[in-house]
Amino acid sequence: MKTLAVVPVWNENPQNLTSVLNQLQNYVDQIVVVDDGSTIDYQISTPNVHLLKHKINRGQGAALQTGTDWAIQHGAEIIIHFDADGQHRVEDIADLIKPIQSGQADFVFGSRFLDKKSDIPWTKEKILFPVSKIINRLYSGLKLSDIHNGLRAFKSSIASQIYLTQDKMAHNSEYPYLVKKHSIRYAEAPIKVIYHTYGQGIGGGFKILAELLTAKLIR
Amino acid sequence: MTLIQILAILFVLFTLWRVAFKFKKREIKLSEFLTWLIFWLAVGVAFVTPESLTKLANILGIGRGADLVLYVAVVVVFYLIFRIFVRLEKMERNITKVARQDALKQDKD
Repeated sequence: MKTLAVVPVWNENPQNLTSVLNQLQNYVDQIVVVDDGSTIDYQISTPNVHLLKHKINRGQGAALQTGTDWAIQHGAEIIIHFDADGQHRVEDIADLIKPIQSGQADFVFGSRFLDKKSDIPWTKEKILFPVSKIINRLYSGLKLSDIHNGLRAFKSSIASQIYLTQDKMAHNSEYPYLVKKHSIRYAEAPIKVIYHTYGQGIGGGFKILAELLTAKLIR
Repeated sequence: MTLIQILAILFVLFTLWRVAFKFKKREIKLSEFLTWLIFWLAVGVAFVTPESLTKLANILGIGRGADLVLYVAVVVVFYLIFRIFVRLEKMERNITKVARQDALKQDKD
């Protein structure tokens, strides 16, 4: 099955991006990088990597969906979402796509709380995550072992059912919601997240909550 | 007649003239013209005979006419904010759609 990784980028250091792409290309058939209106002009030399560009910044969710659209147009069968900042590990991709390849699931969420252990900052693990987990469960109705962390894979045949409308960071909550809504067969795969920085803090959490509530109001 | 009443009447007349002018130039539809006509006439009546407004307020169980105006205004403002809010969100999504189409189209060129 043709695997294609979507890598959204917004003003990421080009050296970091290149190193991620160089590793990633060994694990997938093709890569599409979506530059989400960065001020940096990226030049990509890694083979099998395609660059798309949003003229203006639309958010990570929007960039992921653009990349996903491209992936479908180019015959991808398994689509993987992978971060450009080096927080995801390419070694986890095999575990991530296994349930799809074996036909057990159509959507796989990466989880930090299965057998591999991530070094999560303790305030995140003990305070932020439990609260976020409850909110996410209430929102999506899906029981996951982790609040979703952005590393995911899915079969392209279900892509139209999980079309993102959340342009910013709430895609991590929207995917579980859509998976539940359309009764898509899902699985969780153990992954590790490398914390170079703290990532989304409490403020980010509130922003995501606001995005979700706005969407509920409008839908 | 108090000064505020005179000023209000002048303003209402000015606005009605503008509304009529715009209708004549067909910049607004008949329905819009009638809505604004009734609204501004009501404003004029409310200023010239404040008792009428107070009477209406009393029917609704509100003490003063001015309070009635304030309550209605607050409700209308909140409703308008909600409308703007929804429209902004729609615009955001449309902008994303355009940015996406542009990214995918450039790719084909």
